[in-house]
Amino acid sequence: MLECVPEETVSHTTGKINPAKTCQPIGAMYAALGIHGCLPHSHGSQGCCAYHRMHLTRHFRDPVIASSSSFTEGASVFGGAANLKTSIKNVFTIYNPEVMAVHTTCLSETIGDDIPNILKQAEIPEGKVVIHANTPSYAGSHITGFSNMCKAMVSYLAQSDGVVKKEQANVLPGFVNPGDMREIRRIVSSLGIKLIMFPDTSGVLDSPLTSRYQMYPEGGATVAEIRDSGNSEVTLALGAFASHDAADILQEKCGVTGIPLKLPIGLKATDDFIMALKDWFGVEVPGALTLERGQVIDTLIDTHFHYQGKTVAIFGDPDHVIAMTEFALSMGLIPKYLLTGTPGKEFEATLNKMLEEAGIQESRVKADGDLFDLHQWIREEKVDLMIGTTYGKYISRAEDIPLVRFGFPILDRAVHPLMSVVGYRGCLRLIEQISNALLERRDRDALDEDFELVL
Amino acid sequence: MEDSCTLPASAVACIAERQDSILTAGKTRARIHCADDSLAGSVSQRACVFCGARVVLNPVTDAVHLVHGPIGCATYTMDIRGSLSSGSELYRNSFSTDMKEKDVIFGGEKKLTACIDEVVGKYHPPAVFVYATCVSGMIGDDIIAVCKQASIRHGIDVIPVESSGFISGNKVVGYRAAAEALLRLIRPKEGETIEKTQKINFLGEYNLGGEKWLVERYLKEMGIEINVAFTGDSNVAALKRAPSACLNLVQCTGSMHWVAVSLEQSFGTPYMDVNFFGPENTAESLRKIAAFCADESISQRAEILIAREMGRIRPMLEKYRSKLREKRAAIYVGGAYKAIAIIRQLRGLGMEIVLSGTQTGKQDEYESMSRLLSEGTIIIDDANPAELEKFLIEKKVDVMVGGVKERVLAYKLGIGFVDHNHDRKDGLAGFDGAVRFAREVYVTTCSPVWQHIRTPAYEDVHS
Repeated sequence: MLECVPEETVSHTTGKINPAKTCQPIGAMYAALGIHGCLPHSHGSQGCCAYHRMHLTRHFRDPVIASSSSFTEGASVFGGAANLKTSIKNVFTIYNPEVMAVHTTCLSETIGDDIPNILKQAEIPEGKVVIHANTPSYAGSHITGFSNMCKAMVSYLAQSDGVVKKEQANVLPGFVNPGDMREIRRIVSSLGIKLIMFPDTSGVLDSPLTSRYQMYPEGGATVAEIRDSGNSEVTLALGAFASHDAADILQEKCGVTGIPLKLPIGLKATDDFIMALKDWFGVEVPGALTLERGQVIDTLIDTHFHYQGKTVAIFGDPDHVIAMTEFALSMGLIPKYLLTGTPGKEFEATLNKMLEEAGIQESRVKADGDLFDLHQWIREEKVDLMIGTTYGKYISRAEDIPLVRFGFPILDRAVHPLMSVVGYRGCLRLIEQISNALLERRDRDALDEDFELVL
Repeated sequence: MEDSCTLPASAVACIAERQDSILTAGKTRARIHCADDSLAGSVSQRACVFCGARVVLNPVTDAVHLVHGPIGCATYTMDIRGSLSSGSELYRNSFSTDMKEKDVIFGGEKKLTACIDEVVGKYHPPAVFVYATCVSGMIGDDIIAVCKQASIRHGIDVIPVESSGFISGNKVVGYRAAAEALLRLIRPKEGETIEKTQKINFLGEYNLGGEKWLVERYLKEMGIEINVAFTGDSNVAALKRAPSACLNLVQCTGSMHWVAVSLEQSFGTPYMDVNFFGPENTAESLRKIAAFCADESISQRAEILIAREMGRIRPMLEKYRSKLREKRAAIYVGGAYKAIAIIRQLRGLGMEIVLSGTQTGKQDEYESMSRLLSEGTIIIDDANPAELEKFLIEKKVDVMVGGVKERVLAYKLGIGFVDHNHDRKDGLAGFDGAVRFAREVYVTTCSPVWQHIRTPAYEDVHS
């Protein structure tokens, strides 16, 4: 197994060992897939595009289509303008998308390709749309790239037709699975509120099998919807790192009030999400949702003694870790180590405040970290449970700690992209996974005389 | 959107320039257009130079593989292939200099130096491979100089791999970069002589699912010992003994042919192409190796082994053959050598090959492939998903053999799939591998799940 961390504590100050993040372009690609009829386009070497498609495919187990500017040495020396113009021509002739969403790579950023200028000179067929986001891989992470593509959607597409706003809500869902986006839509619809959600990968990366390959599946936010988001009364931006910036731009550009929220993972964050909608639109929360909430509380009480007081390491994307930590605290778990690979002081500030309010000391919080850091912390003092991505499986095995798979990417388990972790249903799923992980461990470790039927 | 959901037939003819990259096997001996750069704006299945270099070198188990670039390149290649190790697990870790904006502006050499020092201090590896990426290549970081100094400072091999992604969209160029790095590693020090032994090297074997171990068992039974494999389950010390071998076996010719030629030139070691995919290929290869040894007892032991194994697996293969006969198969893999081996195996199972293609095949390889195929079979170079989709449907394919990106495409079309690439978990080489391969083809081709899509929902079966 991966015994990559030395016995004694050593300093790790430069570079990354076993990263807990990846690069911006893949986030931009994922966001772009949430536009209906959109072909993401990677402006760089072919390898980037191939890697992103492969990585997304391994997580979602669905085809991921994207084109590449296929840089070669020539393009790298003379600039990528010619490649991008040819790409635009080829993409619309051959693949005929509604929208082409261009993102840059470290290579085209280093060369300094001026994308807006190139787009001005390019021949874009009538009725078609090209948007772009700058996503240099040497800054931020995949979450930054996702956020940047969301910002591009707003700045290129959103329009305000006048001062009078429509009684409808925008939701920026953040870098979550299609199953989560489906659940967000169900919750908002059940409140009787008209919703524009973008990006929306439900129906794109969780599409049913039809024996017909659809290059552009039925799902995704349409260009018309994203345009109309400028006419909405309010935007609920879920997740500080993935969504808040786009909401700010929408507020500035079209005067749509932005409400910054956490990802609706856990009871409180789901309550906050529903309350924000209830307050703004003055709607009643339907009995069906109240019932679900009641079920969550009932289940928490039924299971609390399985996890109360257990220590947990939570790692992955910042918005996920922040929301999950809030939920873990409310369950009585003790978040011991909290880590994201994405840089950003806000991560540490938010979580330290949360821990302080909960009266928890001696926990460690780190942004821009890696799994070497996490492993080293765990070596120093073990935890009872790990919650995070597939990359944690080596530590989980080396240190014999159960791992609940949560977030992106999960490369070694199936079905998860269709199951939601947001909303009340998501709470139930997380409670089940967390308590099962601990109970299975208890069964495994039990001596014969302690092995019992009822737990 | 409706009309563009599936590509209109006219568009599937694809980019005009692509037409020469698709052939139909038959009497006309048109030459396929291949090993070309992909077009800008195409949805290619191809990768980059870095990717090629990384897959070849990564299985060197006790080396640190340090990727000098922004984070993505390291993340996407962390523990990517199922190369198994009997020793160190260091190679499964991902090391990156995690270049930031400041490094791009001011140069990344200082950070690279610091990273090398840190990892050497932590892990004391016998060697460090330092991979160049697009950005480090573009800003002109002199990784050769940095590696040289680090090598002197630490007294170990710190080897640059010149794998900037933009050099080419063809992985083969990356294989070459990896090959050069390997040769740099095994070059004996001045004045050092390495004595020849009776052992042999096994080039182009990556020990996926323990395939190297399987072949090693066969050879051991024949009385032959493997010196080192390139690079499956290898370590730095064993690789340095590579010049002592009396013969180099070459399996993945795409990645290792050039190394074999270089080793022959530098150390006078002859090489021979072998292939352990499929029972016939395996038997043929074992006989060739025995013949080279010119030792009657080795040949005898080889024949005993072949007869025993063939006899053992025949009934098992026959069982699958009876289920798979006349099913239609498509192949789309990385290299041509693999495609050819798979063609033979599927034929052996009574199946019909209706499409065969590769990402990186060469002209002469396509010619030998086309000679194996019956008239009307589609041959394709660097296919995009739209082309694959068109032919998979048109040719009524039952099962496809390919890599990770083809799996989901095949599934969406309701077609069975077998991974013969990085994601395969079971060894498919040798006699046992042939049975496992047949089993995988059978499982996916004959699974009851396909019934669900062939039967429309909510229809009364009795009416």
